[in-house]
Amino acid sequence: MYPARIWREKKARYRLVGVKCKKCGAIYYPPRPVCEKCRSRELEEVELPRRGKLISYAILHDPPIGYRDQAPLIIGIIELENGIRVFAPLTDVDEKDLKIGMEVEAVLRRINRKEEYGVIPYALKFRPIMI
Amino acid sequence: MMKKVYVVGVGLTKVSRHYDKGLKELFAEAAWKAIEDAGNIMPKALVVGNETSSSLQDQDNLGAYLADYGGLGRIPAFKVEAACGSGGAAFYTGYALVASGLVDVVMVAGVEKLTDARSSVTTAALAKAADAEYEAFYGASFTSLNALLMHYYMKKYRVSHEEIAEWSVMMHENASKNPYAQLRFRVTKEQVVTSRIIAYPLRLLDASPISDGAAAVILASEDVAKKISDTPISIVGVGMATDKIYIAGRESLDRMEALILAAKQAFSMAKISPRDIDVVEVHDAFSILGLMSLEDLGFVEKGRAAKALNDGAFHPGDKPTANPSGGLKARGHPVGATGVYQVAEIAMQLRGDFPGVKVPSEVGLASNIGGAGTTITVAILRR
Repeated sequence: MYPARIWREKKARYRLVGVKCKKCGAIYYPPRPVCEKCRSRELEEVELPRRGKLISYAILHDPPIGYRDQAPLIIGIIELENGIRVFAPLTDVDEKDLKIGMEVEAVLRRINRKEEYGVIPYALKFRPIMI
Repeated sequence: MMKKVYVVGVGLTKVSRHYDKGLKELFAEAAWKAIEDAGNIMPKALVVGNETSSSLQDQDNLGAYLADYGGLGRIPAFKVEAACGSGGAAFYTGYALVASGLVDVVMVAGVEKLTDARSSVTTAALAKAADAEYEAFYGASFTSLNALLMHYYMKKYRVSHEEIAEWSVMMHENASKNPYAQLRFRVTKEQVVTSRIIAYPLRLLDASPISDGAAAVILASEDVAKKISDTPISIVGVGMATDKIYIAGRESLDRMEALILAAKQAFSMAKISPRDIDVVEVHDAFSILGLMSLEDLGFVEKGRAAKALNDGAFHPGDKPTANPSGGLKARGHPVGATGVYQVAEIAMQLRGDFPGVKVPSEVGLASNIGGAGTTITVAILRR
C-alpha cells in the first residue's frame, strides 16, 4: 500500500478514531462523511473504546502473501463496549483458547510484511484482556 | 413506460480449468452459441460482466476487446464490474438498455479466466472485492470473510457443520448430471466435514472451485422476440441493491439486506411472491451464502434453511428446487460470468431444455452476489 494511503488512514488505524454524527449521535467506523441514519454531513472525530467482545472469528491456515509468517492468522469481528463493530486480526492468543464472546482489547501491532514502499504497516489488533 | 424484455438465446461453455482457452476464446465460444440459439440474430450492443481481467489478464477496455475479437462489429460495448456479482449487474444493465427502448437486441455476456495465475495470485485478485483499506489490509481473504459469516450463523442459530454440509452434498449430486458443470462427482457429508480447513470453520468442500468459463444471453424487445420464437422467455422482474462493503459495519451479519431489497423490487415488479417460484439459482460461493440466500429471498424462515434442507426441502422435486445446475459450489464459479450462467440456466429450465436435472417450471429466479453480500441482483423469468 502506498505511503500516502497509509498516512491518510493513520488516525483510524492507530487510535481507533471513528466519527460521530453531531445531529443524531450515530457513530461509525471507519470514518465516513455522511451520517447513514439522518444524512447529516456534520460529523466529528471520536475515539472508540479499545475493549469489546469477539462476536465471530476465522482461522486462516494459509494466509495471503505478506501475512504467512503469522499463520495461522486469526481474524475476527469485535463488538466494542459502545456497540460499534470492527474488523481486526487477533493476537497473543492460542487457537484453542478462542471463544466467541471472549473479552478482548486493542493493541498496536505490525500488520504484514508488505514493505515495498518503505513503510512498515502498523494498526490495531485485538488480544484477550489480561487481568 | 418500460418495454417488455425477453431472453431469446443462451450460450454456455463448460465451467472448467480451460488451460487451452483464454478470456477472449471463452467469450467467443459462448457468444456464438447464444447467437445461433437465437436464430442467428446479431446483437446491437454488448454488456460484459467480468471481475478480474484488469488484475489477471492486464486487460481493461474489455467491451471493445471482446466485441472486436468475437466478430460482433463496431457495436456499443462495455464491461460492468461488481466483483462476483458482475454477471448479474451486467444483466441488470442489459435489461435496462432493452427496456428503455434504446437498443432492441443486446448481448449480456459474462466471462472469467482465473486459472492462468497461481492460486495465491488469483486469491489476491478476488480479495479486491473486500474493503482494501479496512479488510484486505489486515490479511482478510474473500474466503475468510465468508468464514466469519458462517461462524456467526452457526453459533447464533445452533447449526452444525454436518447440517450445512448437506448443501454441498446436494450441489455435487445435481452437478453430476450437468454437462456444463466443473465438479461432476458426488461427495458425502463425512467428506465435507473432514475436508481440508481453509479458514476455520470453513473447509474446502464448503467452497466453490476456482473456475474459467463464459456465458451469454441475448435479450430482445417484444417485436424482435416474437419473430424469433412463439414462446420466448419473459423477464418479469429485476432488482438490485448494495450494502456496506465493510461487513463489520452491517446492521446484521446473518442477513443480506441487499438481497432482501433486490428481491422485494423483483417480486413487486413481477407481481408475485416467493411461493410462486418453481426453480431458483442462488449464489452459493460458499454453502453459507446459499443457505442465507434461501432465507433472505423468503423461501424459508431465518436460521431454518439448513434444517429444512436436511428434511428434504429444496431438493429436486420440491418447490422451489434450488440450484439444479449444481450451483457455484459444483457447477463452478467463473466469478464475473456466474450471474449470466444463472440466468441462462433458469431460461433453459423454463424452456425445458436444460441438459441436467430438469425442473418443470413456469417461473424461475436467479440471484447473484458480489462481495460478501455487497452487490446483489435478482432476476425473475417466466415461461
